[in-house]
Amino acid sequence: MTTALRTHELGKRYGRSRHWALKDCTLELPAGRVVGLVGPNGAGKSTLLGLAAGMLVPTAGRIEVLDEGPSSGAEHQARVGYVSQDAPTYRGMSVADHLRIGSHLNPRWDDALVRDRIDRLGIDLRRRTGSLSGGQRAQIALTMAIGKRPELLILDEPVAALDPLARREFMQDLMEAVAEQDLTVVLSSHLVSDLERACDYVVVLVDSEVRVAGDLDDLLASHRRMTGARRPSDAGPAGHHVVTASHTDRQSTLIVRTGGPAVDPSWDVTPLGLEDLVLAYLRGDASYERPRPTVEVIR
Amino acid sequence: MIEFHLDSRSGVSAYLQLVQQVRRALRLGLLDEGDQLPTVKDVARQLAINPNTVLKAYRDLERDGLVAPRPGVGTFVTRTLTDNTLAAHGPLRTDLQRWLSKARRAGLDDESIEALFMTTFRAASEEDIA
Repeated sequence: MTTALRTHELGKRYGRSRHWALKDCTLELPAGRVVGLVGPNGAGKSTLLGLAAGMLVPTAGRIEVLDEGPSSGAEHQARVGYVSQDAPTYRGMSVADHLRIGSHLNPRWDDALVRDRIDRLGIDLRRRTGSLSGGQRAQIALTMAIGKRPELLILDEPVAALDPLARREFMQDLMEAVAEQDLTVVLSSHLVSDLERACDYVVVLVDSEVRVAGDLDDLLASHRRMTGARRPSDAGPAGHHVVTASHTDRQSTLIVRTGGPAVDPSWDVTPLGLEDLVLAYLRGDASYERPRPTVEVIR
Repeated sequence: MIEFHLDSRSGVSAYLQLVQQVRRALRLGLLDEGDQLPTVKDVARQLAINPNTVLKAYRDLERDGLVAPRPGVGTFVTRTLTDNTLAAHGPLRTDLQRWLSKARRAGLDDESIEALFMTTFRAASEEDIA
């Protein structure tokens, strides 16, 4: 298996709503990677992840998860781990109860792994999860998801509610699990800084549509900021695809996807960090693959 | 064993920072032939970074003949980088100081000196590559 998730013109509308929470989403996420799904609130991240986890039914298009349809039975569900945004636990039940449920419901449950992780977290098995901190609850939810030994782990805004220390600990645990297991992870965040070190593949989702998707290193290598004397138009040097352009009376600044080495010495060319790259696509009206007819201003 | 650190504001990619830190440790004698590097899992955990980033750094060091993996055990140092250029540092520094006073006499301020140095340095490295 080389593809963890494949979608074709996937779309979702909730109930009778006319609004597409996700539309025309065509994606192919390689297996064995840590995929960061970035976008502003309301972009459709949770919808895409819910569809991938088999929690939602598509309104349009196709989706294949681990080379199967998303809801092809319990056996398939055992291969996918999913933690939704609020890291849900049964608050009245103890941590030990959670582990018991986990081992009953999941054929590949790794009890030793789970107990070892909880031991290291220093969480008393007798405590009710309702009495734990948000960070601890998130760790329990992650541990449960990892304990079922999934091939694909889907995490919806896993660190959004956590303080910086808990955030760090969560990401440490996650990266360790990735190193230990043969695991594809898809995690979403509206903060690029959460993802920069952890991900090696990035998908930018804006206004229910995929703006850019690709290998992180490839994206960083192929995007540049170019500054130079004011140009009359937004057009960049030949062979370069302009993502965003801004102008002052003297200066033009372009964020471009390069089609080769820059030839025009009148531009000052500098590399971009992930944050700037993502921001360019959030702001820009140009998508990676095809031009967009409409300009949307987001945030 | 060494411990890695990442500076997220340096603009240098994480994998390159790991490579540089191993090279520096080899040069300073902090790592010797036969020493083990932290395992990929340990580094991934400690820095909360993608294990593939660590693998990429270790593969880079392997390509340069500095380390070698022993399957199932870990990655070990195979060659040191002890610096035998130290003797040359003194005279080079004197030359540089002389050049700096010359630049100041010509009216260059710190910023211009730095910019001049960096552009010359970059142009020279690019010529080396070409």
